[in-house]
Amino acid sequence: MSQEFIINEELAGLINDVVKKFPLDKKRSAVIESLLILQHHNRGFITKNIIKALSDYLSVSEIDIYEVATFYTMINTVPVGKNVIAVCNNVSCMLRGSDQILSYIENKLKIKVGESTSDNKFYLKDEIECLAACNGGPMMQINHKNYENLTLEKVDQILENINDD
Amino acid sequence: MTIKLCTDTFDLKDPGSLKTYLDNNGYLAWKNIVKEQTPKSKIIEKIKDSGLRGKGGAGFLTGLKWSFIPLMDGQKYLVCNSDESEPGTCKDRDILRYNPHAVIEGMLIASYAIGASVGYNYLRGEFMDEQWKVFNDALSEAYEEKLIGENILSSNITIDLHALIGAGAYIVGEETAMLESIEGKRGMPRIKPPFPAIKGLYDKPTIINNTETLASVPKIMLNEPGWYKSLGVDDSEGMKIFCMSGHINNPGNFEIALGTPFSDLLDLAGGIFNQKNIKAVIPGGSSVPVVKGEVMMKVNMDYDSITEVGSMLGSGGVIVMDESTCMVSVLHRISRFYYSESCGQCTPCREGTGWLYKILTNIISGNGTQNDLHQLERIATQIEGHCICALGDAAAMPVRSFLKNFWSEFEYYVDKKESMVS
Repeated sequence: MSQEFIINEELAGLINDVVKKFPLDKKRSAVIESLLILQHHNRGFITKNIIKALSDYLSVSEIDIYEVATFYTMINTVPVGKNVIAVCNNVSCMLRGSDQILSYIENKLKIKVGESTSDNKFYLKDEIECLAACNGGPMMQINHKNYENLTLEKVDQILENINDD
Repeated sequence: MTIKLCTDTFDLKDPGSLKTYLDNNGYLAWKNIVKEQTPKSKIIEKIKDSGLRGKGGAGFLTGLKWSFIPLMDGQKYLVCNSDESEPGTCKDRDILRYNPHAVIEGMLIASYAIGASVGYNYLRGEFMDEQWKVFNDALSEAYEEKLIGENILSSNITIDLHALIGAGAYIVGEETAMLESIEGKRGMPRIKPPFPAIKGLYDKPTIINNTETLASVPKIMLNEPGWYKSLGVDDSEGMKIFCMSGHINNPGNFEIALGTPFSDLLDLAGGIFNQKNIKAVIPGGSSVPVVKGEVMMKVNMDYDSITEVGSMLGSGGVIVMDESTCMVSVLHRISRFYYSESCGQCTPCREGTGWLYKILTNIISGNGTQNDLHQLERIATQIEGHCICALGDAAAMPVRSFLKNFWSEFEYYVDKKESMVS
């Protein structure tokens, strides 16, 4: 279970670039971006061992990192599917039919929002925030890339292309 | 010729590139300041006189904010707030990808004026794929041209700018929550005073401005005094980007003079879908009170006019709803958002937003009572004004205004257990 996580040279380089943006004694400021870097490296989620490793690396307590990891919605502390789908369904997108898009994806992938597909290909994030693309609604992000002015046909095409990867 | 401050590069070839920006008088204001070593007070005065108001939502006078920074030496910071997440708002994301150098130049001028040697631009995490890359590329270009960094353009001025990325939290758009987040903590707002201008990032004097505000600064500096002021109306000087979304034919960002009639703005956005009637408008992001459509059609888009009809200009996120809209469902969606995004620090907000959402969920599921409607009002009143930051107010204002303007529609839903419009 508890396999040590090693921050290798490449990851250390990326984290050092973040640390450099802040005053020398303010390494804690690098926690959020470092977590995103480590999450990306670890197929989309953060483990206790990763938190331990980052804690040692930045000299920030584990609990301080853990509370950040659980506060921000883009950081996952449990395993999720490889491709993260986030369908905006805040007001502006809702008015343009985002609920229909979301339930279409749920049916197509046979999962509910907040779940991953059994083959681990997709994770349908419970996106509650507005994704700031109201002029392109309905829209979704897949791995943070925007897909706007969605129709059901477009959704089919987009998901198929991701399947081909 | 139509005047544009933040959006003038949007339709050009390679809009985000340094070359495009330079070809359009980019960095001219900054180069002048560096060459002439313009006194800081002169810059702050010019921004003050221009009437520029913060474009993130609160509408505070930018020059006045800058003037709060203490004059003594010591480390100071500038923060650009690109954590755009007020529902209905999508302007900063376009500025960041189509005009990133205007943000950088604005950040440089602001940093210089307040005496900050370091500036941070905090982008929301969801901007990771496009805006984050474009903005970082623009920063590198500006560094290579010696417009940023040590001894800028061979002067003795040193200003470093960095881009930071968030990880998903609406509350970080609140300026003191953003400072907490930059310090690597949960985004929980701080009690004010002390205000950030006195005690901000790492307890040092800090000014936080919105992306659109800072992107407006270079052109104001470049033009004659009085120019920006002449573009708008009294107390709503200059320009504003309005993000038009919802039931309209041509959603988009429109940068127009403040004081423009809403009906003209609606025309720019192609009017309502399928010639339907307008029912309601949320004029400044989902936090501000909703206004009936027929009232909105007579309002001008400036701070005072929108306040007169009981709402706020806010972030400029204009959400338009036609007659087919179920107001109960819209309020339910808005309440879910504030419930989810409350940071949990203050009891009235943490508990109250949950109750608002639960009661509205009950109503939507056909289990609501008349008493629930009064309960919603009571809870909203108890949240408003009782929390550290404005998120509580932002959750309460929609509830009170939706009930006030569309009471009969809520009553109908409770009685008939279905929507009046569906």
